[in-house]
Amino acid sequence: MRKFVLSLGLSLLCWQWAALPLQAFEIEDHISVGPADARQVLRVISNGDAEFFEPTIRDFLSSRPDVRVDYTVASSSELMVAMGREGHNVDLAISSATDLQTKLVNDGLSRKYVSSVTAQLPEWARWRDNLFAFTQEPAAIVLSRSALAGLPIPKSRQELIGLMREHPDRFEGKVGTYDLQTSGLGYLFATQDARTSETYWRLSEVMGSFGVKLYCCSSQMIDDVSSGELALAYNVLGSYARAKGNPDEVIVMLPQDYTIIMMRTAFIPKTSEAPELAGLFIDHLIARGWEAAPGAVSVSEEDAWTGEAQALRRIRMGPGLLVYLDRLKKAAFLSEWSSAILQ
Amino acid sequence: MSGSIRLRGSIQRRLIVQLLTGAALLATLMFLVVQSYARDLAGQSQDEILAASVTAILDSAAVRNGDLTVDIPYFAFSMLGNISEDRVFYTITRNGEFLTGYPDLPKPMAATDTAPRFRTDSYDGESIRMVTATRRMSINGQPDFIEVTVAQTRYGLRQQLAGISRTVAGFGLGFFVIAALFGILAAQSAIQPLRQLAGSVSRRGLSDLRPVSAPVPAEMEVLVGALNGFMSRLKASLARSEDLIAEAAHRVRTPLTTVRTQAEITLRRVDKPQNRQAVREMIRAIDESSRAAGQLLDHAMVSFRSDHLEVEDVEICRLTRDAVSRVVPMADLRDIELDVTIPEAAICVKGDAILLQSALLNLLDNAIKYSPPDSRVYVTVRVVETGVEITVQDNGEGFPKADMGRLTRRFVRGSNTETVVGSGLGLTIVNEVARAHGGQLLLTNSSEKGGACASLYFPLA
Ligand SMILES: Nc1ncnc2c1ncn2[C@@H]1O[C@H](COP(=O)(O)OP(=O)(O)O)[C@@H](O)[C@H]1O
Ligand SMILES: [Mg+2]
Repeated sequence: MRKFVLSLGLSLLCWQWAALPLQAFEIEDHISVGPADARQVLRVISNGDAEFFEPTIRDFLSSRPDVRVDYTVASSSELMVAMGREGHNVDLAISSATDLQTKLVNDGLSRKYVSSVTAQLPEWARWRDNLFAFTQEPAAIVLSRSALAGLPIPKSRQELIGLMREHPDRFEGKVGTYDLQTSGLGYLFATQDARTSETYWRLSEVMGSFGVKLYCCSSQMIDDVSSGELALAYNVLGSYARAKGNPDEVIVMLPQDYTIIMMRTAFIPKTSEAPELAGLFIDHLIARGWEAAPGAVSVSEEDAWTGEAQALRRIRMGPGLLVYLDRLKKAAFLSEWSSAILQ
Repeated sequence: MSGSIRLRGSIQRRLIVQLLTGAALLATLMFLVVQSYARDLAGQSQDEILAASVTAILDSAAVRNGDLTVDIPYFAFSMLGNISEDRVFYTITRNGEFLTGYPDLPKPMAATDTAPRFRTDSYDGESIRMVTATRRMSINGQPDFIEVTVAQTRYGLRQQLAGISRTVAGFGLGFFVIAALFGILAAQSAIQPLRQLAGSVSRRGLSDLRPVSAPVPAEMEVLVGALNGFMSRLKASLARSEDLIAEAAHRVRTPLTTVRTQAEITLRRVDKPQNRQAVREMIRAIDESSRAAGQLLDHAMVSFRSDHLEVEDVEICRLTRDAVSRVVPMADLRDIELDVTIPEAAICVKGDAILLQSALLNLLDNAIKYSPPDSRVYVTVRVVETGVEITVQDNGEGFPKADMGRLTRRFVRGSNTETVVGSGLGLTIVNEVARAHGGQLLLTNSSEKGGACASLYFPLA
C-alpha cells in the first residue's frame, strides 16, 4: 500500500512540477507525499533536504490517509523571497535560518498557534507563539585526523589559533568555512560568533592568512575534510558532521569557549489555507522533527552536549536577530569580514 | 404590642449600606488609581527602553573616511526582546532621506529639539509606540541630521496591564470584603447600646420606674434623659393618685368610725325587732366600707413601701406567731381553732417586716372569713431548699376554680363571697408583697371538695 502511494506520489511528481505556478523564486527540489486526490493538502516550503524530511512526513501521514503534503525545497534566502511575494501558496514555512524566520514573524507574515505541545516548549524554543523550534544543531569545528596527525587536538578557538600559528605548513590552503556572501546559515553563525567574542575576528584573520576556501554548504566541507583536502572546516553543522562523517577520518569538535546552537524553526504563514493541519504538523515536528535533520537533537533535551561544551549559546529568537539583517549592518559586516578573510 | 409600632427603615441596615457603599467606592477608586498608575509606569518603562535603543543606535553613527556609517549595536534591539515578545520596527533617515529599516513606518513628529519624541500610532494593523531622536553630525563642515525611530507593538504592555489589573482587582475585592466585615461589626456595635437600653427597660418590673443609671454613649444622652424624665413624671403622677386614694380612704374611714359608734349606741336603745334589724344592716354596711377603706389604705401603703423597699433581717417564726395571735379574737368569734406548726429555730429573710406582717394578716383573715364556723385553720412555717414557705390552709370551700387565675388582681372577688365582707384587695396586697421580696404566692385547693391553701414563699437571707 505504502509502496503504491509512494510510486503514485513519484509519478505525480512530474505532473506536479509542471503544474506549479510560475515561481518567482528558485526551487531546489519538490516532493509530494500522499494520495493525489487527497481532500486536504499541506504545502510546505523548507530549506531542509527532501530526502531527510520524507520519513517524517510519511510518519505524519500514516494516521491521516486523506492528506497530501507538498514539500518544496528552497534556500533560506529564496524562502524569504517566496514568503514575501508568494505567501499565498504556502501553509507552513520551515528553515534553519532562525534570523530570517524571526524577521518574517516580526514583519507580521505569520499567524499564532497554540497547542498543548507548543505550550510545553521551553521559553527559548518559541517566539510570540508564532515561531517554533524543533531541532538543536551545534556549530562545530571539523578537523581531519590525518592532517593533524601527531598534533594535540585543540579544544577551543584560542587553542586552534595557537595550533595554526605554530604549524602553518599543515594548514596552508587547507582551511575551509562558509562563504557568507552566499550562505545564510554561514552568515548567521558568523554574526552570532562576532557578537559573542572578539576571537572570531582573530580566527578569521588567521584563516584568511592561510588562503581559506569558501563553501556554500556543510556537506561539501565535511566531504573535503574526510578526503583530507581540508585540514579544518570552521562553523560546520556539528550534528550533520557527526551523522555523516567517518569518525576515523574526521574529528567533530564543539569549542569549549562557546558553542553556537542553531535551531530549525517553523511558522504558519498568515495566508495559510490549512492552518489547522499546519499546526498539527508543527506539533509533529516538535515531537519528531529532529529526526529530519541528521544528528540533530530534540528541543526537549535541554542539556544536550553539556558534557562536551561548557558554554552553549542557543541563537536567541527575538528582535536582536533583526540587527544583522539590517541592510547597512549586513553590508558593513560583510565588508569587514571580506577584509579579514580575503586579505 | 409591637404590632402597633410603625417602623421606617433600620439604623443598622442604613449604616451597613452606607459603609458598604463607601467601601465599594473606595475599592473601585483604588482599582482605578492603581491601574492607571500601573499603566503609566508600564508605558514609561517601554518608553525608556525604546529611548535607550534609539540612543544606542544614534551613538553608533560615526563619520568614517569622510562618510557616515550607522552600525546598529546588537543590544539596541535585543534589549527590546527582553521584556516582551513584541514586534520591533525601525527607520533610519539622513537629512530626511530613508536610509534603512521599514520605509512605510508612520512619519515621526517634526523635531523641535534633540530630546526623544514619543508617539503612539498604528502600523500593520497593530498599535505601536514610537520613539524618535535626531542627532546632528558634521561631515566636512556640512551639517548632517541622522534621525532614528524605533517602534514596538504594545502586546506585552497590554498583557502586563491585564496581569496587574487582575492582581489589583483581587486586592480591591479583598479590601472591600475586609471593609465590609468591619462595617458590619461597626454597625452592630453602634447599635449595641440601644439594644442594651431596650433590654434593660423591658426586663424591668411593672412598677420599676427608677431612672436609667447605667452609663450610655454621649449620642444617647438626650434619649435617656427624655426617658428618665418621662419615667419620673409617670412615677410622680402614680404617686399622686395613690396619695389621693390613701387620703380619700383615710378621710372616709375616720367619720365612718364615728358613725359606727353612734349606730351601736342606737342599736342598744332600739327595741323594735325590725328597727334593730335595720340598724344591724347599717352597721354591717359601715363595716364593709370601713374595711374597704382600710384595705385601700393598706394597699397604698404596700405600694409605697414596695417601691422604696427598706430591707432588714426579719425573723419569720416570730413574725408568724405575732400575726396569728392578732387574729385569735376574730377566730374565737367564729369558733375557729388555729393549728400552728412553726419550727423552733430562727428563720431569717431579708425584707420589710410591716409588709410581711400585712401579707400574712391578709391570708389569715381570708382563711378565717371563708371557713365554716367551728373548723380548723392550719398555719405552717417550714424551710424548703433555698427559702421559707408559710402555708395557710383551711377547710372551707376552697378558691373558686373559675376565678383562680385572676384572684390576685385589684378588686377582684370570687363567686363565693355573697355573705362575706371584702374588698378584693387582700390577695393583691399579698401578691405585691411577695413580688417585692423576690418571693411568690401560690394558691391551690387541697382537695376537690375545697380546702383553700395559700402558700407564701420567700428566699432565705
Ligand atoms: N381562704 C379562702 N377560701 C376560699 N376563697 C378564698 C379564700 N381566700 C380568698 N378567696 C377568694 O379570693 C377572692 C379574693 O380574695 P381577697 O383579695 O382577699 O378579697 P376579699 O376581700 O374578697 O377577701 C375572694 O373574694 C374569695 O373569692
Ligand atoms: Mg380578703
